Amino acid sequence: MGIIIEKGRVIDPANQLDETTNLFIDKGKIVAIGRKPKGFDTKKTINAKGMLVIPGVVDMCARTREPGFEYKATMDSELAAAARGGVTTLCSPPDSEPVVDTPAVVKLIQQRASEVNKATVHVLGAMTKGLQGEQLAEMQSLKDAGCIAVSNALLSIRNSEVMLRAFQYAHSCNMTVFIQPNDLDLQNNGVANEGAVSTRLGLPPIPETAETVAVSRALLLIEQTGVTAHFCRLSTARSVDMIQQAQKQGLSVTADVDISHLHLTDMDIADYNVDCHLQPPLRNAYDKDALIMGLKSGVITAICSDHQPHDQDAKAGPFSMTEPGASTIEVLLPLVMHLVERKQLSLTKAIAALTSQPAEILGIEAGTFSVGADADICIIDADASWEVDRNDLSSMGKNTPFNGWSLSAKIVHTLFKGKTSYQAK
Amino acid sequence: MTGKTLQTDSEGRLKHFLTTEGLSQSLLNSILDHAENFAGVADRPVKKVPLLRGKTVVNLFFEASTRTRTTFELAAKRLSADVLNLNIAHSATSKGETLSDTLRTLEAMHCDMFIVRHANSGAAHYITTQVAPHISVINAGDGRHAHPTQAMLDMFTIRKYKGDFTPLRVAIVGDILHSRVARSEIHALNTLGVSEVRVVGPDTLIPKDVESLGVHVYNDMTEGLTDVDVVMMLRLQRERMTGALLPSAHEFFNRYGLTAKRLAAAKKDAIVMHPGPINRGVEIESSIADSKRSVILQQVSHGIAVRMAVMAMTMQRFNDEGDS
Repeated sequence: MGIIIEKGRVIDPANQLDETTNLFIDKGKIVAIGRKPKGFDTKKTINAKGMLVIPGVVDMCARTREPGFEYKATMDSELAAAARGGVTTLCSPPDSEPVVDTPAVVKLIQQRASEVNKATVHVLGAMTKGLQGEQLAEMQSLKDAGCIAVSNALLSIRNSEVMLRAFQYAHSCNMTVFIQPNDLDLQNNGVANEGAVSTRLGLPPIPETAETVAVSRALLLIEQTGVTAHFCRLSTARSVDMIQQAQKQGLSVTADVDISHLHLTDMDIADYNVDCHLQPPLRNAYDKDALIMGLKSGVITAICSDHQPHDQDAKAGPFSMTEPGASTIEVLLPLVMHLVERKQLSLTKAIAALTSQPAEILGIEAGTFSVGADADICIIDADASWEVDRNDLSSMGKNTPFNGWSLSAKIVHTLFKGKTSYQAK
Repeated sequence: MTGKTLQTDSEGRLKHFLTTEGLSQSLLNSILDHAENFAGVADRPVKKVPLLRGKTVVNLFFEASTRTRTTFELAAKRLSADVLNLNIAHSATSKGETLSDTLRTLEAMHCDMFIVRHANSGAAHYITTQVAPHISVINAGDGRHAHPTQAMLDMFTIRKYKGDFTPLRVAIVGDILHSRVARSEIHALNTLGVSEVRVVGPDTLIPKDVESLGVHVYNDMTEGLTDVDVVMMLRLQRERMTGALLPSAHEFFNRYGLTAKRLAAAKKDAIVMHPGPINRGVEIESSIADSKRSVILQQVSHGIAVRMAVMAMTMQRFNDEGDS
């Protein structure tokens, strides 16, 4: 009952593999690379000649909007979008409605994901009850229910003592804390990076220090508590520096960046383009380059979509009144390949930042072609030429800042546990 | 779409008036010239011209305003337009109706022009992208972003008193951070070719990288006023005087209040302007506000002529099309 993926260029950074070869799948698992195993019963052959064959993308942060925001998107629509983007594993932050602060919500999300069955959905638990930043959430119960880490999502914890206790408690539960660094007081009511653009457009500014002050506070508390920590969605050059220093000192910290911040700056807001209303805000070109350098140097080891599908009303109105976030899961991989084409990132580093490295941060078995691993596979035509069209997205969220972009890499086939979850027409 | 292409049609005529940024010097001058013609209307026995007869102008105010709304209303009436005043702040949008639904409803009433004031920067741009092509939008203030008719009436006032813009040094004093008036004045002054624009205030009220708009920053009031031809004071909102931006109104007046002593640093014939309403003893001392150097009341009367000019110009394109 096996499947052969034939003659593709197979890249598996975790196993330092990059060669044109065949991949053998049986019962939803990788059973061999290269030579056909004895007794392999070929049921299906997929010709991948001229294509890249990589492990399915592991997206560190994507919102399916279930439960609570089904008017924005659903598990069905967003896992279809994930499959189309070559994503086979994604991590869902706790800011659903209700918040992921009880085992019941964890179970609900997992159940919905397995019904749709197009990608594995891992759930981040809330660090504090209701993400209110006041009382600790039941982290051990959340872990027992399947949460792989805890986070306070976009709602930074204001009170430093609560943050300290949350880190201590998470450490004692042997859980990683995910931190999206943002000082709410410094952010104030800001909606755009503080600088020439926010000044010209009169948009309430978010200073760089809203992020860096939060990073430095978190780093000191990580040092004090010994907790393993992951920084999400870095947006400034200074944060990359600070995390690099901490890593050199031996702190157990990792970091990711979202794809929009690797391609866009606050200049792209132009005259109030609401699709460029993001959180953290788009920064300047210097920051963008520093984030790419951070990937090259290994300070940042994962690139995620930070997928946030929105309904039309959420993005209709004056800039400040719109909700932040972009629908990006379908373009994550092609946009990372775009960096490779422009020689800003090596192919191996790029693929690693989408597969094995995020899996390592999440502490999950995914993102590799090791024998015995789930057959989560993405086949890419690196030389296709296509244009992003918001109306053509599978996601219910049409809010992409990349509408009209010409890209080369196109996902032609995605397999989830050995089954086709997407195939290009 | 940039503000520039959004505001003008293919022949460079004014279609909407959203910001002074990106408009040409000749277009700004043309607004001032038109305003000059309309300034005489107020002195006639019948204070009306029929340019906008049969047109419906909607004052769409999402933020409270008396002065600006009234001058727009007067301007529209002197152009013979029908005027509808809508204060949305306490109306539809607070009932959950979205902004675009409100616009649809108004369009269905066959309106020709929206005069928009809104608390959020970019609101007028947004509305412009939502309305039918025959509707003109005039920005009467959006958040911190722009208040172009106020800036143009200030330019009109400066031209009246100073004639040529090119040799002028202008200081804008006070809360630059939150001021849409300041941003629109800065763009207009630079386009009209003044020799220098200065902004004067404490760092807490100066937006980051403001130099990129073409200004010099001064923290010290006397230094900032030295040798200037025009002093433009800004209104300090009451809510800025508490909280972290400023210690108190008293201290603000001590550092940045316009007094006779400070004004002595400016040129002898320097004029003093203020968009109103003034906070006496906070931004400006009464003896200056009421002195001959103050042109604050003239600014108000110029406001009607400038707004008539802008309204007539945005509607002009239809008349031209009708003639051909």
